[in-house]
Amino acid sequence: MPQHGETDRRSAVDILIASDRVPANARPDLFTTDDVWALLEDVKDPEVPAVSVVELGIVRAVQLAGKELSIDVTPTYSGCPATELIEELIIEALRAAGFRDPKINQVLTPAWTTDWITEEGKEKLRAFGIAPPQGSSSKMSLLGEPEVIGCPHCGSEDTERVSEFGSTACKALYRCKECLEPFDYFKCI
Amino acid sequence: MTQAEALKEYLLRLADSDMILGQRLCELCGKAPALEEEMALMNVALDLVGQARNWYEYAAELIDDDRDADRLAFRRDAHDYRNLLLTEQPNEDYAITMGRQFFFDVWHYFTLKSLAESSDERMAGIAAKALKEATYHLRRSSEWVKRLGDGTEESHRRMQNAVDILWRFTGELITPDDTDRVLAEAGLGPDPDQLAEDWRGMVSEVLTQATLTLGADDAWMYMGGKHGEHTEHLGFILAEMQFLQRAYPDATTW
Repeated sequence: MPQHGETDRRSAVDILIASDRVPANARPDLFTTDDVWALLEDVKDPEVPAVSVVELGIVRAVQLAGKELSIDVTPTYSGCPATELIEELIIEALRAAGFRDPKINQVLTPAWTTDWITEEGKEKLRAFGIAPPQGSSSKMSLLGEPEVIGCPHCGSEDTERVSEFGSTACKALYRCKECLEPFDYFKCI
Repeated sequence: MTQAEALKEYLLRLADSDMILGQRLCELCGKAPALEEEMALMNVALDLVGQARNWYEYAAELIDDDRDADRLAFRRDAHDYRNLLLTEQPNEDYAITMGRQFFFDVWHYFTLKSLAESSDERMAGIAAKALKEATYHLRRSSEWVKRLGDGTEESHRRMQNAVDILWRFTGELITPDDTDRVLAEAGLGPDPDQLAEDWRGMVSEVLTQATLTLGADDAWMYMGGKHGEHTEHLGFILAEMQFLQRAYPDATTW
């Protein structure tokens, strides 16, 4: 019988090793492009672990030719500090699936927009307590009044903006005047 | 001046202005007047440093002398820096911090808007991305100028003081030189006359709403940042910002 806690420790080590080494039974040659997309659905945004990099719309393309795999990734913001970590997480997931040398291409054009967040992704953001971006980025006014943002907790539209910038570059800080809870709003860009 | 020379020079101006203003804002980390303001300032700084990196990377490829983005940012001295003088001015009080940001943001917004249409695709791509961020910066800084200008007697006095102090550095934003003209003629950079008109228009609109008085049209303007002639402040910024890279050049592990 393992001592208390030992099982957990061993599994953590196994996971670490697994991420670093190609498993013996991996057959990346059997993967289709769709399989790679499915694999990427499991890679979460480290800042917003409720959504995957695919739901967030930052994976732009998957190119698969035999064992050669490259992924086009676009950063959300120019200075987003999570960009490099996200790339590492993607590489790690692909290596664990058996790809020996997956490549990441960072693409800036066209620039990422919150319009690329999937409907499912938006629902997951709301369930996570983050109000999803409202409307389309093309309709945002420069100096006009901000849109009505619904509270992700109680649904009330009686909310106010506390700050144009929140806990990360992609969010703004709001407060619900109905349930009095503060919340993050995923800015529309 | 050839188009290629002008482009390298112009990229350094964009990169250096972003970098120095980003560094200035970072000085307020841990010292901002309120937690929300601190987060906002650091977010803006982060955007600017990220944009600087994109411009530096492009500049480094064109300059092509083995210097990378880090080396351009951290191993050039003040006379090689091409940032706008406005960006290196000290934070002082919050009215000056936000006034500086506002004058810069208006210039940045219209410049990026034009660059997003540049015939140089790489430039257009970086600018289109940066423009989304700069739009938020401008919304925020213009709101602060209005709030402080049209606020209490004290906040109005301070905001007017900020406009009066910073005005002398704004001429450089909208006064073109050969580099600007060469790029504009080639369809790569903004049209100087249009940029000046847009900048004056929006600054005048916001300052009027904020019950503030603009500086004089014929006021003496300090220029030279775009050619490496800086105010005394830049040396101190670089001394702090570049310390590590100067003390341990080419270190691979921090």
